[in-house]
Amino acid sequence: MEATAASSLKPRRGARRRRSSTLTGRDRMWLWFMVGIPAFLHIALVWVPAASTVALSFSEWDNLAPLSDISATGFRNYWIVFTIFEADLFGALFNNLMLVVWLTVCSAIGMLFAYLLDKNIRGTAIYQSIYYFPVVLSLAVVGFIWKSTMFSRDRGLLNEIWPGGPVDFVGDGTKLFSFDIPFLDPALGLSKNFAALLVAMAWRHIGYIMVMYLAGLKAVDPALREAAQIDGCNEWQSFRRVVFPSLRPINVIVVVITVIEALRAYDIIAALNEPRGTDVMGTLVTKSLLGEGGGRVGFGSAYGVVLLLLCLGFIIWYVTNHYRESEI
Amino acid sequence: MTRPTESSPKRRGAGLNRRDFMIGGGAALGGAALLAACGDDDGGATATTTTAAPTTTADTGPGSTTLGSNYSGEKNREALAAAVAATGVETMINTIDHNTYQENFNTYIQQPDDVVSWFAGYRMRAFAGKGVLGDISDVWSGLNGMSAGFRSASSGLDGKQYFVPFYFYPWAVHYRKSLFADMGYSIPTTWDEFKALCDTMQGDGITPLSAANDGRWPQMGMFDMLNLRVNGYDYHVSLMGGKESWESAEVKNIFSTWSEILPYYQPDANGRTWEDGAGALRDKQTGMYLIGTFLTSQYTEEEVLDDIDFFLFPEVNPEHGQDAIEAPIDGFMMAASPENETAAKALLSGMGSVPAIDAYIAVDPSVVAANSNADTSGYNALQQRSAEAVGSAKYIAQFLDRDTDPDFAANVAGVGIADFLGAPGDIDTILADIEAKKQTYTFE
Repeated sequence: MEATAASSLKPRRGARRRRSSTLTGRDRMWLWFMVGIPAFLHIALVWVPAASTVALSFSEWDNLAPLSDISATGFRNYWIVFTIFEADLFGALFNNLMLVVWLTVCSAIGMLFAYLLDKNIRGTAIYQSIYYFPVVLSLAVVGFIWKSTMFSRDRGLLNEIWPGGPVDFVGDGTKLFSFDIPFLDPALGLSKNFAALLVAMAWRHIGYIMVMYLAGLKAVDPALREAAQIDGCNEWQSFRRVVFPSLRPINVIVVVITVIEALRAYDIIAALNEPRGTDVMGTLVTKSLLGEGGGRVGFGSAYGVVLLLLCLGFIIWYVTNHYRESEI
Repeated sequence: MTRPTESSPKRRGAGLNRRDFMIGGGAALGGAALLAACGDDDGGATATTTTAAPTTTADTGPGSTTLGSNYSGEKNREALAAAVAATGVETMINTIDHNTYQENFNTYIQQPDDVVSWFAGYRMRAFAGKGVLGDISDVWSGLNGMSAGFRSASSGLDGKQYFVPFYFYPWAVHYRKSLFADMGYSIPTTWDEFKALCDTMQGDGITPLSAANDGRWPQMGMFDMLNLRVNGYDYHVSLMGGKESWESAEVKNIFSTWSEILPYYQPDANGRTWEDGAGALRDKQTGMYLIGTFLTSQYTEEEVLDDIDFFLFPEVNPEHGQDAIEAPIDGFMMAASPENETAAKALLSGMGSVPAIDAYIAVDPSVVAANSNADTSGYNALQQRSAEAVGSAKYIAQFLDRDTDPDFAANVAGVGIADFLGAPGDIDTILADIEAKKQTYTFE
């Protein structure tokens, strides 16, 4: 019964689609062409390497011998990562988590700056330029600048003015606070040098977010604010109930940017030579995969898969929760 | 005697080179270039090809060959071309930015030029073991002036030779002669004298030892020296080969000996670059500095350069005296199946002989010839001292990241050493962690 119902439905549905289609064969060819090439490139350049990484994480390869020398090792790399290098792994994950928290705070500060600068106070353009300036620099360059001119123990500006003698902002891996985890030996915590790195990252991140919100605020209809004012809203109420909701498209983008920046953080830490206590997932992956020592392809890939799962998890959760129900 | 800056990282650790390369890309071109450099095999490579040899009688000679070179600094490239010309073998030199070269060596050595530049020790042995290098024992039988130490540093685990040493630079304790003269210090030869000198310096308001560990390679030198002095060369090789436990009494002894001089270190070594350590020595804020002779590349003032000297790391265990020195050697190897084996071997033989290194040093006088018959009349005082020090050493170690699995050196041993400097009291935990991680490496 069902089968006949389905077969009787099928041609009708197909016929309707054909009837409603206004695309000629040529159009359709072009459509395939234009969708196909980016899709092909995306799959070839993003998903094939990602899938290879997953495959390699179950193997052992020294990156040297012919491909036939890759030997399957099952979950051995993961076992090593989670039981022997666990202090490195969880330390890095904790730092990534710290970055998520910290960059969220910075995003809020960036929003505040944007809100204040949007009020046409005198010299707005100058303030905007000052806050935005660090954004034009790559994070690797930001790392260099802070390392050599601000943090350097012997020559750094901060150490000249720091009360109570010089501080080793770059190398001091002692923890500011920490949590004892039963199975981890060095307790998880925020090391001093990573806290210093967070400051340098904020320097750039705040300006970045500020500019995005400035653009968003320009698009908010001034009539909305006026209406709110006439209705007797105070500043906070008008921001909370009127301006902030109308910034929703920007908020979505900022959340994505903030979390992805936090998860993929790499360049500024590499620029500081990966001091102890500052490892994040990105640096763990590259340490094992790159360089002439890069003879641990499987092991480095296992780190990479952990990072991939984290990023994918966030993106899937976010997209399903925030894109589907809104019409952004 | 200024060393081109591009050439100095080669004298240091693998990790540093990788980072310098990647950071260089990022600094110059921003994040996009950085990513491109990460993903691409030879994206940052600046390959240039030079024909260096006079086109001499091609029909009677061995024919032409190719040389893959990481001598990418202006001066180094010029010097290498002169050296190759001196061998008389017609050679196409394929120069690749040396950070890129090292970064991609795993890929490159699978389809290399006939002759390739590389480093002695484990770094060469690992590739010899993989069968990607050609046996050049017959070239060695014709070489004169190479010491037994160089021979063993050039040999694979199978006892055959795969490497021709070209030059080297030792690690030693550097100091300013004028400071020692003014303060009446004398050169310490034993551990007790060394510590006593440190005490005196501290009393005089001078920090005894420059200490840097940014990049986590500079203190590998101290670890190596202490192991060589405390436990001897054989134990060092065995430890580097993964055959000894890092929780052994011998290794603990290294760190307890080390702890004795930590109070004389500049504070916060982990965050200091070796260049800042060099600055402190120049300014006489510190008295001594254990580092490679590339130290002098940091100094431009003539009076400072003339004032720098070094002494051998003092004896700790009388059984081993001062019999070992750390002196990374750079040189050349042959591909497993070169296009023109005769010419490749002729070139290697030439590079191991006196005229080539003489020609090289005439252009770049900052290194010391591996061949003991080389013309030393043009050497400056430090070069002469370097040659003597290495010539009289019974054993020559390379460097932690050249003597063992480079990945183990960078990501396990170097990390443990940095942790030790940060918290010397945690050494037992640190060594247990190193030992557990060591088990995951094969050290083949």
